[in-house]
Amino acid sequence: MKNPLDSLWGTVISGLVLTIILYYVVRSIPA
Amino acid sequence: MDFLPAIARWVHFLAGVMWIGLLYYFNFVQVAAMKAAAADGTAAGITKHVAPRALLYFRWAAVVTWLAGAAILGNLFVPAFTLSKGMAGIGVGAWLGTIMLFNVWGLIWPNQQKILGMKPATDEEKNKARRVAFLASRTNVMLSIPMLFFMAGGWSHRAAFGL
Repeated sequence: MKNPLDSLWGTVISGLVLTIILYYVVRSIPA
Repeated sequence: MDFLPAIARWVHFLAGVMWIGLLYYFNFVQVAAMKAAAADGTAAGITKHVAPRALLYFRWAAVVTWLAGAAILGNLFVPAFTLSKGMAGIGVGAWLGTIMLFNVWGLIWPNQQKILGMKPATDEEKNKARRVAFLASRTNVMLSIPMLFFMAGGWSHRAAFGL
């Protein structure tokens, strides 16, 4: 499997996916 | 006393633009430019004159950004980093920025010194350094996307985002 960080688009898409994941992680922390 | 946080926020933005701006320059411009320049024998212009200057501002802007960010947090520094009540959004932004700072000083800069000939290194060591510096830099581009999301809205717009 290719490393997504080898391409700029792969890097940007990885960053967007990570943003969504972290958003839901943060929302699950009780305020 | 409201004056100091306002100055810290201003400095945080100024240094942050320089840091992330240069990070995007390296990844969106210089990596591709180096490939083309190596092919026509003009890479020395970049490695000798451009990259060392860009790296100087890049690594110190990272430090100033982090320090100004810590100053903005003030006595909320520990609650942010421990993701305590209501601080999880900005806390994740702060953690991502801190990991990125470590990548700059712990991985990118030491390996760039080998690549640019500022530190002695064999060709094999240089090739390894190239890969490590490249991946650390790309990791920072990836992390900058959620980092800027949480910096931009993690505190001031936390209610709108349900954070």
